[in-house]
Amino acid sequence: MIRQLLLTVFLGWPAFELLQAQDEIPVGEYASLTGGSASFGQSAHKGTELAIAEINANGGVLGKKLKLITEDDQSQAGQPATIVRKLISQDKVVAVLGEVASSKSLEAAPICQQNKIPMITPASTNPKVTEVGDYIFRVCFIDPFQGTVMAKFARSKGWKKIAVLTDVKQDYSVGLGEFFVKDFTANGGEIVRDQKYSTGDKDFKPQLTSIKAAKPEAVFIPGYYAEVALIAKQARLLGIKVPLLGGDGWVGDSLLKVAGNSLDGSFFSCHFSADDQSPKTRDFVAKFKAKYGEIPDDMAALGYDSALILAEAIKRTGTTDPEKLRDAIAATKDHDGITGKITLDSARNASKPAVILTVGNGGFQFVETVAP
Amino acid sequence: MPDQLIEFLQQLINGLAQGSIYALIALGYTLVFGVLRFINFAHGDVFMLGAFAGLYTAPKLLALCGGGPSFPGAAAVLVVAMFICAALGILIEKLCYRPLRGRPHLTVLITAIGVSLFLENAGQYVFGADPQSFPEIITDRALEIPETWGALSSLTITVGQLLVFGVTFFLLLGLRAIVLHTRTGMAMRALSFNPVAASLMGVNTDVVISFTFGLGSALAGAAGILTSIQQPSIDPLMGVNIGLKAFVAAVLGGIGNIPGAALGGILIGVLEALVVGYINPTYRDAIVFAVLILILLIKPSGLLGKPEREKV
Repeated sequence: MIRQLLLTVFLGWPAFELLQAQDEIPVGEYASLTGGSASFGQSAHKGTELAIAEINANGGVLGKKLKLITEDDQSQAGQPATIVRKLISQDKVVAVLGEVASSKSLEAAPICQQNKIPMITPASTNPKVTEVGDYIFRVCFIDPFQGTVMAKFARSKGWKKIAVLTDVKQDYSVGLGEFFVKDFTANGGEIVRDQKYSTGDKDFKPQLTSIKAAKPEAVFIPGYYAEVALIAKQARLLGIKVPLLGGDGWVGDSLLKVAGNSLDGSFFSCHFSADDQSPKTRDFVAKFKAKYGEIPDDMAALGYDSALILAEAIKRTGTTDPEKLRDAIAATKDHDGITGKITLDSARNASKPAVILTVGNGGFQFVETVAP
Repeated sequence: MPDQLIEFLQQLINGLAQGSIYALIALGYTLVFGVLRFINFAHGDVFMLGAFAGLYTAPKLLALCGGGPSFPGAAAVLVVAMFICAALGILIEKLCYRPLRGRPHLTVLITAIGVSLFLENAGQYVFGADPQSFPEIITDRALEIPETWGALSSLTITVGQLLVFGVTFFLLLGLRAIVLHTRTGMAMRALSFNPVAASLMGVNTDVVISFTFGLGSALAGAAGILTSIQQPSIDPLMGVNIGLKAFVAAVLGGIGNIPGAALGGILIGVLEALVVGYINPTYRDAIVFAVLILILLIKPSGLLGKPEREKV
C-alpha cells in the first residue's frame, strides 16, 4: 500500500508537472511591491502584467500561454537573491524579469548568471548590472547615456556656460555628471562651477551662492527628486533664474509637491512620456488606463517593453532552451517598443532614444526625443 | 563692491542662518548637561518631532488664523510645536531617565542612545520613511534690498532666514532672562553648581530637571519649525545629522555653558558654509569634526567653558 502510494507520488508528480509545463511557459518576475521603493516596483509590475496579458490574449507564444510568477522582495536587501533562487529552482522559470533598483538587480543577477537563466531588468541604469555576465540584459539606457543626452540638449539650446551640482553619495549622479561634463567640454562648452552635495542634505544655499556667482546659463543637477526639489526651491530664492537640467532621478511623487513652481522651465531626460503623441504611446496609455485607471509612468513602460522583448525572443528562437533563448534576446534589433526603438548592443545594454521633458503647469510636458 | 565680496557676504548670511539653527539645538544639549551631567542623545530626534508637530498642527492652526500662509499662523505653529516638544521632552525624561537617576552616567548615556533609536524607528513606522512636504506656513521669498544700497542690493536674504535670526535672537534673550532672573533659573544654576547642596537647600531637583528638559526641547521644537520653513521636506531621520552637528557645536563652545552653545552653533554654521563655498563640499563634515578634535586637544573645556576638576 505504502509502496503504491510512494510510486504514485514519485512517478505521478513529474508527470503532473510535465503536463502543466506543456501548456504554460513560466516567466519569473521579482519586484518591490511593498516597502520604500514600492511606487517604482508597482509601476513596473503593472506594465509587465499588462504585456503578458496582451501576449496571452493574442494566442501566447509557441502555442502556449505565458505564466507570470511574481514575487515581492519588499524593497529589502537580501530578498532578491532568495526569491530569484526560488523562482529558478522551484518554479522552473525560463527567464526572469526585474528589478527597477540597480542595487536589487545586482543581487539577483549573479544567481541568474550561475543558473544560466536569462534576466532582463526593465529600469536598472547602473552600468555594472549587465557586466555581471552574458545572461543579464536591460531594456533601459545606462547612466552615461543620459549625461551625454543632456549635454547634447544643452548645446542645442545654445548654452555655453553651465554649472554642475552632483550628489557625491550616488554613483548614478556622479556618473551622469561625469559624462555630461565630458561631452559638453569636448564640444566647446564651459563648466563654470562644479559643485557637490550629499544625499540627505537639506541646506544647499552655500553651493547655490557659489553657483550664482559664476553666472551660468543653466545648472545641471543629476540628483534624485528629494534633494532636487529643495535645491530648486532654494535656487529660486537666491535669485538663480536660469533653467535647471536633470535626469530620470527627478521623477518622484514629492518633486512638485515640495518644489512648487520653482522647477518651471527646467528640463530633464527620461525613458518615456505619456504625453508623447505617437500612436504607439497613445495606444499604450489608453490600454494601461483601461486596466489600472491611472496614467502609466516610465517604469510601467519599461516593464511592458521588457516582457515583450522576452516574448519576441521566445517566438523567434522557437524554444525555451535557456542558451538559445539568451542568444535570441541578445539578437534583439530595432524592437519597436513603447520607450522607443530598442537594439541590444554587445554589452547587452539597450541602445535607444531618450525623451526630454519640461516642467510647467504643475506637471511634465514632452519636449523632444533625442536619438543615441 | 567686487563680486567676490558679495559672494563672501552671502555665504556669511547662509552660514549664520544655518548656525542659528545649530545654536538653538546645541542649547538643549548644554542645558541638560548643566543639570544632569549627561548628553541627551535623543535631543536631535526631538528636533525632528518638532517638525512633525508642525506638519500635523499647521493646517488647523492656519485655518484658525484666517487660512493660507500668514505671520500669525506661523507664530501659532511655532508656539504650539514648542509646547508639544516641551511636553515630549518632559515625558522622555520622566519615563526613561528619571528611573535611572543616581545610576552611573554611562547607563543613562546608553539609554539616551536607545531613546534616540526608538524615536527614529517609531517615527518611520508612524510617519512613514518617505520625506513629506511641510506645509507653507509663511511664504518664504527673497526680500527686496533697495537699489540705493548699491552693490549690496544683489545680496539675498529670505523671509525664512530673517525669521531664523529674529526668533533665535528673541529665544536667546528669553533664555538668558529665565536662567539669570527667575527663581527656577536660579535653581537650575544651583543644581548645575552642586546638586547635593542644591537639594539640601530645598531645591526640588525633579521639578527643576523636568523644567530644564522642557526648555531645551522647546528650543529644539522651534528649530524644527524654522528649518522646515526654509527646507520644506521633512523625514523621521532629519534629526540625526543636525543633532550631531549641534552636539559638536555645544562641545565646541564648552558644554554646559549657555553662551558657549550659541557661539559654537553659529561658528559651525559659518564654517560649514565657507567650506562648501570655497573648499569642497565633500570635506564639509570632515572639517567640522576635525575642528572639534583640534579644540578638544587645545582647550578641552571648549571655547567658553571653564575647566572642571574631576571630583574624587
